[in-house]
Amino acid sequence: MPFEWIVALRFLREGRLQTALIVGGAGAGVAVVLFITALVSGLQANTIKRVLGTQAHIVIRPLEEVARPQREAGAGEVVMPRVEARAQRLRSIDQWQALEPVLDAMPGITAVSPMVSGPAFALRGDASKSIAIFGVDPARYDRIVAVGEKLVGGAFRLGPDDAVIGKELAKDLGLAVGDRFRTLTAETDSPVTQTFVVSGIVDLGVRDLNRRTVYVAFRTAQTLLSLPGGASQIDLKVDDLFGAETIARGLEARTGLTVESWMRTNEQLLAAINAQNVSTGTIRTFVALIVAVGIASVLVVWVVQKRREIGILRAMGASRGSVQRVFLLQGAMVAVAGSLLGSALGSGMIAAFTRIVRNADGTPLFDAIAVPGWLYASAVGGAIVGGIVAAMLPARAAAKLDPAQAIRM
Amino acid sequence: MSAPLVQLTDIRKSYGSATDLEVEVLHGIDLALAPGEFTALIGPSGSGKSTLLNLIGLLEPPSGGSYVLAGRETAKLSENDVTALRATQIGFVFQFHHLLPAFTATENVLMPGLIARGRVTAERREAARELLSDVGLADRLDYLPRKLSGGQQQRVAIARALSLAPPLVLADEPTGNLDTHSADEIFALMRRFNARSGTAFLIVTHDPRLARRCDRIVELVDGGIAGDRPNLASKGDG
Repeated sequence: MPFEWIVALRFLREGRLQTALIVGGAGAGVAVVLFITALVSGLQANTIKRVLGTQAHIVIRPLEEVARPQREAGAGEVVMPRVEARAQRLRSIDQWQALEPVLDAMPGITAVSPMVSGPAFALRGDASKSIAIFGVDPARYDRIVAVGEKLVGGAFRLGPDDAVIGKELAKDLGLAVGDRFRTLTAETDSPVTQTFVVSGIVDLGVRDLNRRTVYVAFRTAQTLLSLPGGASQIDLKVDDLFGAETIARGLEARTGLTVESWMRTNEQLLAAINAQNVSTGTIRTFVALIVAVGIASVLVVWVVQKRREIGILRAMGASRGSVQRVFLLQGAMVAVAGSLLGSALGSGMIAAFTRIVRNADGTPLFDAIAVPGWLYASAVGGAIVGGIVAAMLPARAAAKLDPAQAIRM
Repeated sequence: MSAPLVQLTDIRKSYGSATDLEVEVLHGIDLALAPGEFTALIGPSGSGKSTLLNLIGLLEPPSGGSYVLAGRETAKLSENDVTALRATQIGFVFQFHHLLPAFTATENVLMPGLIARGRVTAERREAARELLSDVGLADRLDYLPRKLSGGQQQRVAIARALSLAPPLVLADEPTGNLDTHSADEIFALMRRFNARSGTAFLIVTHDPRLARRCDRIVELVDGGIAGDRPNLASKGDG
């Protein structure tokens, strides 16, 4: 082992109490950083998962119809038009059949599901409820919103007369799997009615959605909502959640359609997440700073205490650089030990937290927070760099000691 | 006579900057030490003995004059060259509390070699053990300094100073904190190494009894050499 390592290790062993304190301090810091990072990213992942559990990442819709003034202003003219916004009809996306395979083949997009949706009423006996009809292909749609996983009864199977309905709606209308109900479309001029058999009941996790949602077969919905061959929107899922907005903007530019990502429709959530990231970043920075200052201050005391030994080492031929390296190594060593201790401590805290803190219904708050490997790696790496930086000042002081003076003490 | 090991010419040393109150401690010292010489450096407190020893030991630079060590003009050397020269040419024996407390006797003796070569080999470890056996500490090899008596610590310090077989050993009151009996033993030990391997010794001492047993006595008074005489009576002593 090189001289500097031997001396650094021996000095650390000799000052057991100081070493324990400094390692403990660094460990506590690393544990806090790990815990907060894991907790916050776990909470965020959970929130996003919940929000996106019932939403597509990106939704493509037809362009809104815009009213234009009858006469544009010509040269030297002033036109003062009064333009009323148009009421938006239910319309199909232009050329959606051609768009679908293109989207399927696009990198970054993992699922594509065209949909026909529109308003209707569900009737049973005297009761009538306002509903939203979603005409989907179950195989495709299941990859956007995992309806199959959220079923509380029946199956996500959509024959021409089948309907999968929300839990609350089933309760409101007294429906069970296998029961029949009628729908009446809300179109004023020629209402269409059709009878459906409940093939499944789904709990989407949001009461309002559970009260309104009725999934029917894609073609059935086309007929029901008078959009033969049409699709009112295309739902997409992407592999990089936070790249959704970029993909959406790209699609909008290419297709000329209205493309909205979840990041646009959930701006408040996104703002909250960003605020959270900033605050955890701040906490992390300050904890790292405190740990570094702690390491530095203990090392400064160390250098003062070890003056005579440093002088002896120098008299025996140790160079200034050597002495400096001894203290830099000490900084790095306590940082490594501290970050290993902190990693163990942090993992323990996270495990204990997930076990103790639960949702009101007793289910775990998180689906087990996984602490990613890079988090440990960056904690340890950051601690080593921090330890060395913290040790720089004391190490330089040690190297500057005048050996003749240090020995005379 | 062979070329001197140490050649000091008009060496001066002052402390404090020029604008400050400057104090000159050494006023032009001329001194030559031959290889294998066993010299006592005596003088009252504050006469500059320790400063002179530090200068010769390259622990601090002189303010003026020329210092040639083993044929090299030290003023022209870089900081790292000075450190390397010190490591190979000079062994130090300080007062007894100057062992490294965190290291055992053997490790203390190994330290100069470790610093110079970066590594400890099995042979070096064996050599260190032999050296310690030589100074009578065969049964204390793995003791920490605080478990050793003052005399024993000083033996370790001598073994350490000799571990790289330097041509010159500088000793600053090596027996200052010891009883007469231990002091005699330590002194005899240094004489033995001087006779056996031709190592030159420069020993600062307050003890006229010990000074009389050196081959040459240099007396320093008020930063100047007041006396420099061979001491023929010492032969056969030790």
